[in-house]
Amino acid sequence: MTLGLVVVYGILRLINFAYGELVMVAGYGLLLFGNTQLAWPLVALLSILSAVIAAVIMERVAFRPVRFGSANTMLITSFAVSTLLQNVTLLAISPRPQAVRLPAFFVESVTVGNLRLRIVDIASIIVSVLALVILTVLVRRTTIGIALRAADDFTMTRLLGVRANLLISVAFAISGLLAGIVAIFWVGRSSLVEPSVGLQPVLIAFIAAVVGGMENLKQCWAATCSASCGWACRRGCRRRCWTTATRCCSAS
Amino acid sequence: MSGRGSARRSPLAQIAITSVILSALLIVITLLTDGFGDRVLVRVVTVMLVNVALTVALQMFMGNSGLSSFGHVAFMAIGAYSSLWFTLTPQEKSRTLPDMPETWIMHGWHTDFLPASVAGGRRGGGGGGAAGHRTGAPARRLLHHRHLRAADRGAHHRAELGPDDARQPHGVRHPGSDDAVDRAGRGGAGGDRGAALPRIAGGPAAARRAGRRGRGGQYRHPHRVGALGAWVASIFITGAAGALWAHFITTFSPQAFYIGETFIIVAMLIIGGSGSVSGAVIGAVLVSLSSEWLRRLEGWLNQHRSDGTIIGQIIPIELRGFAEIVIAIAMIIILIKRPAGLTGGREIGLDGFWGRARRVKGQKGVEPGVG
Repeated sequence: MTLGLVVVYGILRLINFAYGELVMVAGYGLLLFGNTQLAWPLVALLSILSAVIAAVIMERVAFRPVRFGSANTMLITSFAVSTLLQNVTLLAISPRPQAVRLPAFFVESVTVGNLRLRIVDIASIIVSVLALVILTVLVRRTTIGIALRAADDFTMTRLLGVRANLLISVAFAISGLLAGIVAIFWVGRSSLVEPSVGLQPVLIAFIAAVVGGMENLKQCWAATCSASCGWACRRGCRRRCWTTATRCCSAS
Repeated sequence: MSGRGSARRSPLAQIAITSVILSALLIVITLLTDGFGDRVLVRVVTVMLVNVALTVALQMFMGNSGLSSFGHVAFMAIGAYSSLWFTLTPQEKSRTLPDMPETWIMHGWHTDFLPASVAGGRRGGGGGGAAGHRTGAPARRLLHHRHLRAADRGAHHRAELGPDDARQPHGVRHPGSDDAVDRAGRGGAGGDRGAALPRIAGGPAAARRAGRRGRGGQYRHPHRVGALGAWVASIFITGAAGALWAHFITTFSPQAFYIGETFIIVAMLIIGGSGSVSGAVIGAVLVSLSSEWLRRLEGWLNQHRSDGTIIGQIIPIELRGFAEIVIAIAMIIILIKRPAGLTGGREIGLDGFWGRARRVKGQKGVEPGVG
């Protein structure tokens, strides 16, 4: 999640409070598409796609009109968008948590020595590391990544011929993609989705983004792990260390 | 719409006129509500008046510093819990907060409603004010930094969460509502180790110092002048408003001081206009009254929907959170079309609105205080 926050922050200087709602959209996507006869990989794909679409629409409808406003204006807009999406979900679906249909491997586990590891936890760690690597490669090696990095000086970037609207939409799409991936693991842990499902991970992500610095992907990733561990410890270490580690990776 | 009469008056006279007009507006609303005799409306207007205090306090910081704060409700919680601590008798403290050691500060001391309610400033607000003063220095260091909002939100979250058993509701002693303590006592069996401790020292003094410093804050460079003073004064008023709110509601839990309350207060300020006190007051009045009207409309629609009328065919689902949706949409529209809010960052006067708001480059609207 922190990576998604950082991508948008890097280009718009926006700390997107509505980012948790992208997780919620993908979570309800899992609910909606999961109740059809579609194969689960397709359900996951469509859910991630729904978060991507929601992120792009969010940018187009709410953030683009205030793009040249102050950082405060964008920040408060994101807060309003977050509240709006949560309440629309409350109104249109239900305030109660809804059970999501998940494939069997989400509850299966493997035993390594004395450790009993859930497959979804292992997948969570692998996907988190992969997301970091792919995003780093994207930002460092591709044209769009270079444009995203250069967007720190947005006026200059536009003068150099980069299409601003496309660039910002891509940044939001990437953050939506990451939020969708997070949703699969976050919702997959409890098999429940509710309007406030994105609140907790996004809070961890905020703290981590501030601690790790908004400019550096790797530091953010490391800080998220630390913040999540601290979070888990604050909850009284009721969960095992392994579960904590996987939670860190989801938040990252 | 800056009137010629306003331009001729001294700034002090203009401020006095603005204060009188805004006070008169609130007094008229209160008297009218009292005259109607609708008890629900009286409660709504009482909460509205607390919201006015909260919004003005938030404006004091946001308008002077140009930064957003989503953590003010944490100080409202400190004010509320401070007033809880001071108004409960030692016996009630032992019953309501059984895990609280009897050796803790002021455990054997309590005050009645009247002294506790003197603006909540000496007691509840004192806690918030002192805490605000302590957080003021780091806040001032952060004023040039964009991450203030996130840091503030972190503080807010710490205050909200505390130990798990602090989530239980707590009662405040209030005339004619002694049962509130009993209700809280039954609900709060888990104790209250996490309740905010009262911090009296430095509250009023800090506020007086804040008054001297804070006056210079408005319309000067947002990042330098009066930031600490504005912060402390703002937190002091927020704490006092929290104390008043606590004495009115009488039973509450830390969950009351979280995202929902933050959203409402920020929405009031944004809709009214963060650049002026008039904007804060007008926004608080508008949003409070329209929220109540929307909730009544929601209830009416839901009732007629279930009665099998045509409304049921038009609205197939039960309405929930209707007021919040409308307020959020209004907030987004205001931010897009008129970022300085309805008042445009100007104060109300005899000839309409006075004062000049700075136009932000590249925007159609105006946004004072934001550089």
